[in-house]
Amino acid sequence: MSGHSNDNVSSKELWGGGQSPYGISYGKMYMWFFLVSDALTFGGLLTAYGFSRAASEDPWPIGEQVFRALPGLEGQYPLIYVALMTFILIVSSVTMVLAVEAGHRNDKRGVVRWMLATIIGGAFFLGSQAWEWSHFIHGGGGSFLLAKEVTITADNGAEYTLPVGEAIYMDHHFGELAEAYSEGDKSVELHNDHGHIKLIQYGEHTHEADLHSLTINKYIADEQGVSGVNVAKLWNARSESFTFGANMHENEYALQQSYANFFFFITGFHGFHVFSGVVINFIIFIMAYRGVFERRKHYEMVEKVGLYWHFIDLVWVFVFTFFYLI
Amino acid sequence: MERDDLIVNDNYSLNAHHSEEEGVKIRKNILFVTVLLTAITAVEVAMGIIFKRAETFTWEMIKWSFVALTLVKAGYIVMSFMHLGEERGNMKKSILVPYLLFIVYLIYVALTEGFGHLFNHNSLH
Repeated sequence: MSGHSNDNVSSKELWGGGQSPYGISYGKMYMWFFLVSDALTFGGLLTAYGFSRAASEDPWPIGEQVFRALPGLEGQYPLIYVALMTFILIVSSVTMVLAVEAGHRNDKRGVVRWMLATIIGGAFFLGSQAWEWSHFIHGGGGSFLLAKEVTITADNGAEYTLPVGEAIYMDHHFGELAEAYSEGDKSVELHNDHGHIKLIQYGEHTHEADLHSLTINKYIADEQGVSGVNVAKLWNARSESFTFGANMHENEYALQQSYANFFFFITGFHGFHVFSGVVINFIIFIMAYRGVFERRKHYEMVEKVGLYWHFIDLVWVFVFTFFYLI
Repeated sequence: MERDDLIVNDNYSLNAHHSEEEGVKIRKNILFVTVLLTAITAVEVAMGIIFKRAETFTWEMIKWSFVALTLVKAGYIVMSFMHLGEERGNMKKSILVPYLLFIVYLIYVALTEGFGHLFNHNSLH
C-alpha cells in the first residue's frame, strides 16, 4: 500500500538523492516524529503514575472499585463504562482506517462518510469522558476520617481495629446532607438519639437522612458494610475531616491526592488530544467534502490525520491498562 | 521549494493507490483487527472482575498478562491501523528503536526508585 516502499533498493541509490530514502513524504514522516515525542510525554505520565504508586506508603485505590457506575446506575458494574469507552474509541479508529482505505481508491463518497463516522465516534467518547469526570468529581457519598482508634464488627462478622486517620464511607443519600452539615450549613441539624443518627435539613422542604450503614475499605480492597451499633461507634469517632468526591486539593478515593491528580492529568491530557483530533478530523472532513483532495489526486492528508487519530486510540489502550486495570 | 504533498511521485506513499479487489482484502483485515481488539478488551475486563486482587502469584501473573495483552493490542494498532508494518524497514526502525530505548529505560529508573523509596520508608519505621 505504501507505493514502492518495500522494494529492495541498494543503500547507495537510496541515499543518493532525488528520492525519499524512507519512501515516505515529509508530512507523514514528521507526523510520525511528532507522535514519537507525544508518546514519550504520555509514557512519562504513565511512568510517573507507576512511580507514585510504587513509592506509595498507603494502599492505592483499585480501578474496579472506583469506576463501577453507569450513567443513572450506581452499583456493581466494575470498569464496564470504561470498557465501553474503549470500544467506542476502537470503533472510531476502525472507521478512520476505512476512510484511509477509501482514500486509496480515490473514493470521495467513502472518505466523507467514514470521516463523518469517525467524528461522531470521537464526540461520543468526549461525552462519555465528560460524564466520567463529573461522576469522579461528585463522588459516591463521601468519607470522613477517624479521630481515634475504633474496634468494630463488620457485617461479615469479622472484627476490625481501625486506626486514626482511617477513611469511613457514607452512602449517597446520607452523604448529601453530611456535605452541607460538614460545611457548617446551619439549616442541617444532627440528631442522635440512642445511637440512631439522623441528619435533617430544614427549609421549604424538609430532607431527612438516616445513617443506616457505613462502608470500610471501599476503594482499596474488598469493601465491607457496617451496620447497627457499629455505625454509631464509627460516627462518634469521626474527625472534622470530611471529603466528598474529588478536586485538585482533596479526594475521597485515596489518602494520596496524587491519585486524583493523576486521574485528572492523564485522562484530561488524553481527552484534550481527542478534542483536538475531532477538530482536525472535522477540518479534513470539510476539505474532503469540498473536493480539495479529489483535485489533488491523492488523499494523503486523510492518512496523516488518521495517524494522529490512531495514536489517540493507542494511548487510550495504555491508559486503560495502567490506570484502570492494574 | 516544491511541496511534496502536492507533487505526484511514484516513490512516495502518497501515491499509494489500490484497486477495488485489494480494497476488499484490506477491509477484511480491518474487520479481523477490530474483532480482535474488542475481544482482548472484553477478556481483560472479565479477568479483572473474576480474579480478586491479592499479593498472590495468580494476581501477579494476571497483571503481567494485562501488560502482554496491551502490547498485542498496541502492536496491531501501530502495525495494521497505522500501516507502520508496510513502511520501509529503515523508517520502521527510526520510529520504534528510539522510543523503546527511552521508554524501557524510563520505566526501569522510575520503578527502581519508587520501590527503593518504599523500601527505605519501611526499614526506617
